[in-house]
Amino acid sequence: MKVVVCVEQVPDTETRVRIAAGGASISEPDVQSWIVSPYDEFAIEEALRIKEAKGGEVVIVTVGPERAQAALRTGLAMGADSAIHVKDAALDATDTLGTARALAAAIRTLGPVDLVLCGQQGVGGDHSQIPGMLAELLDLPQVTVAVKIGIGDGQATVEREIEGARETWTTSLPAVISTQKGLNEPRYAALKGIMAAKKKPLSVLDAAALGLDAAALSPRLRVTQLELPPARPPVRMIEGDPAGQAKELVRVLHEEAKVI
Amino acid sequence: MALILTFAEVRDGRLRRASLEVVSEARRLAGPLGATLTTVVVGPGSEAVAGELAAQGADRVLVFEDAAVASYASETYAAALAQAIADTKPQVVLVPFTAMGKDLAPRVAARVGAGLASDCVALEVKDGRLVARRPMYAGKALATVEWTGEPQMATLRPNVFALGPSDPMRPPDVARGSVHGSARARVTATAATAQGRLPLSEAQIIVSGGRGLKGPENFHLVESLADALGAAVGASRAVVDAGWVDHQLQVGQTGRTVSPSLYVACGISGAIQHLAGMSSARCIVAINKDPDAPIFKVADYGVLGDLFEVLPRLTEAAKAHRASRA
Repeated sequence: MKVVVCVEQVPDTETRVRIAAGGASISEPDVQSWIVSPYDEFAIEEALRIKEAKGGEVVIVTVGPERAQAALRTGLAMGADSAIHVKDAALDATDTLGTARALAAAIRTLGPVDLVLCGQQGVGGDHSQIPGMLAELLDLPQVTVAVKIGIGDGQATVEREIEGARETWTTSLPAVISTQKGLNEPRYAALKGIMAAKKKPLSVLDAAALGLDAAALSPRLRVTQLELPPARPPVRMIEGDPAGQAKELVRVLHEEAKVI
Repeated sequence: MALILTFAEVRDGRLRRASLEVVSEARRLAGPLGATLTTVVVGPGSEAVAGELAAQGADRVLVFEDAAVASYASETYAAALAQAIADTKPQVVLVPFTAMGKDLAPRVAARVGAGLASDCVALEVKDGRLVARRPMYAGKALATVEWTGEPQMATLRPNVFALGPSDPMRPPDVARGSVHGSARARVTATAATAQGRLPLSEAQIIVSGGRGLKGPENFHLVESLADALGAAVGASRAVVDAGWVDHQLQVGQTGRTVSPSLYVACGISGAIQHLAGMSSARCIVAINKDPDAPIFKVADYGVLGDLFEVLPRLTEAAKAHRASRA
């Protein structure tokens, strides 16, 4: 099977966000470390397990600036076979649809593929849009937020969680499936894998190479302002012995906060 | 005249509350936009909920009940909503950010070439155009977003937008749409998982437990308090990763971002990725034995004490409160 995994490089989840001058983005120099978006790690792991069970190859694709290449190297070190880095100044300013168009165009350069996996959400932007957009642009079926994937002959059985229920889906392949926490436990890259990753093929493509013009990438949505959330008022400690604290807390939640 | 289109989710013949919240918010925006409001409902039982949608403010209800949409499938539902957009050319399209809306909206946005703002928590009209506010970095930052072109498409976080007054005398104006074709990905089975508990995203009150509980055998203390408060149960990443509870309960940056009216954090120290996911709650209570725990920095009320002493008494007090109001 040929499995494509789309990944995004994001700030580590422990990052304390600071706002950049201009007030519409985060300050990148203040980001201590960049990681593969955690949901994308589940996608890489699942692709590797499918390859181990069925044979085939795993290709990792990202759209991002120069630094994003580290995310591809991480995927290669985990065991992916090759990578595509879509890099273009026009893509730095695009929106989710522009990014999805770039990913779709990059995937089309690979010829027929059997499966496209993506994290269900890029941590940070938190849009949860790329998988569905990609499925539409590639004219493929989609199953999103998967917690279990079983690959059969030309089809897959996928479980996903919705409000208060677990659904089982069946889809023909190829398909786009987005991955959720609970699907698997991603492996760490071993030293041997990290060394091997340096020699694996990584191609860099720009918008022109993918046939994407300015109109396709022009953002329809942009952030005009980014702020830190308003500070919360100082805490009020509830004093007394445990029984007294319990009674007083219930009283203030009812009478003052009016939330119970 | 400008048009706002909303998508309403019907499951098992019932409208989800989040769909009514979207209609209610659209009604509020219709004034400053000078727009009328059409709500699209897809699937069995759609026509039956038209009255409820009209009462909440929909001027027209566009119903799709063909065999192609007999059960939820991303492709056929997307085809229905995309067709409604193509036919009515709305300025604004609003969809609830439920599991269904989250699955559906991006596919539709790609088909119609719309800019899509996900998980919005506030909307306003500026110079005749929609402007949205949405959390990023799981709530560590709040973005203001604006669109170029139309439709301006957004998904709305459940439980954040207030339900306006409903007028049962408002008669529904029902129109029918039609969609054909089949989906390559389909639901073959659905099994309930929540055992009668509310999902985190829809709960007004959430009681969450962390490592302070010392072990999974003590998690029932959190569940009992949740039951006494009529709350959903949440958990920190630490206890989910330790396998105490299902990952579905995780609140924080790699779990759910929640905005309940009351969040009770029990034995949760307050790692930055957890705080990101819950600090937009209206009221936060922290119960912890460590006075320096970061959770106290975001809490409105703090209880410094031993969980094993405080939680059973708090559960009793909450039960007594409920009984006195019954």
